[in-house]
Amino acid sequence: MEGKQKMSVMTIVQAINNALDIKLEEDKSVVVFGEDAGVEGGVFRVTEGLQKKHGVERVFDTPIAESAIVGTGLGMALSGLRPVVELQFDGFSYPAFNQVISNVSRMHNRSRSMYKAPMVIRFPYGGGINALEHHSESPEALYSHIPGLKVVVPSTPHDAKGLMIAAIESDDPVIFMEPKRIYRAIKQEVSDDKFSIPLGKAKVLTEGTDVTVVAFGAMIRECQKAMVMAKEAGISVELIDLRTIYPIDKETIATSIKKTGRVVIVAEAPESFSVGGELMAIANEEAFLYLEAPPKRVMGFDTIVPLAKGESMYMISPDRIFYEIERTVKF
Amino acid sequence: MLTTTKKSVDKTDTKKQTNLFKDFDPAEDKILRIIDNDGKVINKELMPDLDDETIIQAYKHMLYFRTADQMAVSYQRQGRMYTFPPCMGHEAIHAASGMNMRDQDWLAPAFREVGIMLLKGVTMKEIFLYYMGNEEGSNYKKANHVLPISISIGSQFLHATGIGYSVKYQKKDELVFTSIGDGGTSEGDFSEALNFAGIWKVPVIYTIQNNQYAISVPVRNQTNSVNLAIKSYAFGLPGIKVDGNDFFAMYAIYKAAAEYAKAGNGAVLIEALTYRKGAHTTSDDPTKYRTKEEELEWDKTDPIIRLKKYMDEKGIWKENEEELIEKYKLEVDKQFEEAENEAAYKLDDVFQHMYVDMPEDLKRQKSDYEQFLTWKESRK
Repeated sequence: MEGKQKMSVMTIVQAINNALDIKLEEDKSVVVFGEDAGVEGGVFRVTEGLQKKHGVERVFDTPIAESAIVGTGLGMALSGLRPVVELQFDGFSYPAFNQVISNVSRMHNRSRSMYKAPMVIRFPYGGGINALEHHSESPEALYSHIPGLKVVVPSTPHDAKGLMIAAIESDDPVIFMEPKRIYRAIKQEVSDDKFSIPLGKAKVLTEGTDVTVVAFGAMIRECQKAMVMAKEAGISVELIDLRTIYPIDKETIATSIKKTGRVVIVAEAPESFSVGGELMAIANEEAFLYLEAPPKRVMGFDTIVPLAKGESMYMISPDRIFYEIERTVKF
Repeated sequence: MLTTTKKSVDKTDTKKQTNLFKDFDPAEDKILRIIDNDGKVINKELMPDLDDETIIQAYKHMLYFRTADQMAVSYQRQGRMYTFPPCMGHEAIHAASGMNMRDQDWLAPAFREVGIMLLKGVTMKEIFLYYMGNEEGSNYKKANHVLPISISIGSQFLHATGIGYSVKYQKKDELVFTSIGDGGTSEGDFSEALNFAGIWKVPVIYTIQNNQYAISVPVRNQTNSVNLAIKSYAFGLPGIKVDGNDFFAMYAIYKAAAEYAKAGNGAVLIEALTYRKGAHTTSDDPTKYRTKEEELEWDKTDPIIRLKKYMDEKGIWKENEEELIEKYKLEVDKQFEEAENEAAYKLDDVFQHMYVDMPEDLKRQKSDYEQFLTWKESRK
């Protein structure tokens, strides 16, 4: 090995594909399957080329039956494999919900650690792509509320690769939500080597002093746009990318809020009973005496994500984020 | 997906097994039965080749299952156990499948499979522990490849299918057994599992224990199909309806199914017709939804009485049954006492198995509770 790492420019799609490829290559217990995940490589091409390279026994198509994709994946995980199963869209993850909440998340506890369920359930999530109903949802709160799971949402190609590798290597089951809106919108130099990013650790993307902004997934890019406006207004923003929703990295979040005294939470899921609510709780429980303004959520409405004609009103725009940042700082 | 790999097997035998599924076509509502209610052999050709010792052993298993079952209900009635799902009536199915399972074979049970679990090495102590409210009862110390019971109806069928894929992919000589009730066949997971099984050709033996009731709902209100075995048609799997109270018929079908699966042919669906002689669980009252006359009618088919009649006819049963039952009662009671004397549930037991890698927040929640306990202790 030369000292220098070989890098390639990748999108999130390519980075996840690369992570799956590396794990399929080095670990024969890894199998990848789902609707259209084999021959076609998935509707977003995340698994493109993997069947050809690793064989039809390891990367394959299934019938359209989400409960079975997850339930059989669990059976495989209990008997020595590390399945990575694909559900085609966020809004189509619900038919598998009973398997996730009643079995995947509980087998380790139910069997008193006799059985583990090392599996990854991955699906594209989120709005902003003018899609049909059921194709624009952010169900991270639903999954984060289930004891026994870990929930991961990457925001960059580098993170997508490192977190996916960590998710596959996790002995606990992982829900891996992929921000479809930025699947190809962000290109980044990513190491071709194998690397992983620890689950449960948030990342301070930009240091700042006036206000902490916490976000994840596709909202990171929107926050960064809002920060350009904030900078022009003379506001110093500290931006935190959660990377893992559960276990949530309270320490990084609380440390930042204690420093800035203010927090704005940005997420595209419906606001009530959300991850945003959990972050409000962290602000209050961990940094109550440091708060100089009420914690603020900039989140989706408690509505269904509208179809294309109305979607822009639902989706959180950079100026709306800036609007709340400014109000919070001026409180 | 996996392709079928045919191993070299006795061709005539495989042919015979395949014929069994053809000869008892569920579309014609045929039923595989070998002895009648009086224990008389009515289908000599299909009688499994078992020596007297094995038959006696099967009977003893069934007797033990029923004794343990009745005692479990009685412990519950004494308030020493929270609940229990009686298995009375299912003994032939349990003995026949258990006796056809090898140590390496997998079992993905629902919750009315106590007999099968016992033959796989689960202990009555563990069963009791579970129904006393201790998950440690699902940590089967001596049983290989048995999943914890699945209370979420039908979900275990999918786990069995996945395990089937897994053992086939890993080229392991392991079969998978799973079972569901008649009510469970209405769940989507039942159909999804069998659909995947047909495509993947997995070595899984799916059993429907059709005991006529899903709690209070009779099977006629569960499906408009002529029987449950015919559902196999939709998935391209062999299916067969068998008299589940006939030990020999159940033994014959499990032997055939195991050979069929071992030969790489894939899965089969077995509908075992039986009757839940007890309640759904100890919280249920069957008098609300079925008649005494019906129960008496089914009593005539009781699997234990039938096998006993067969043995009496052949003159192979020489033991004192009452003494044997007394011996079993002592054994079961000993296991129950051990379960009652199990170490107390610890706070750690609530937390430690949720994750392999426990999140910090969970550790914090535990430690907060410990602080509360310290405070509570200090007030005494």
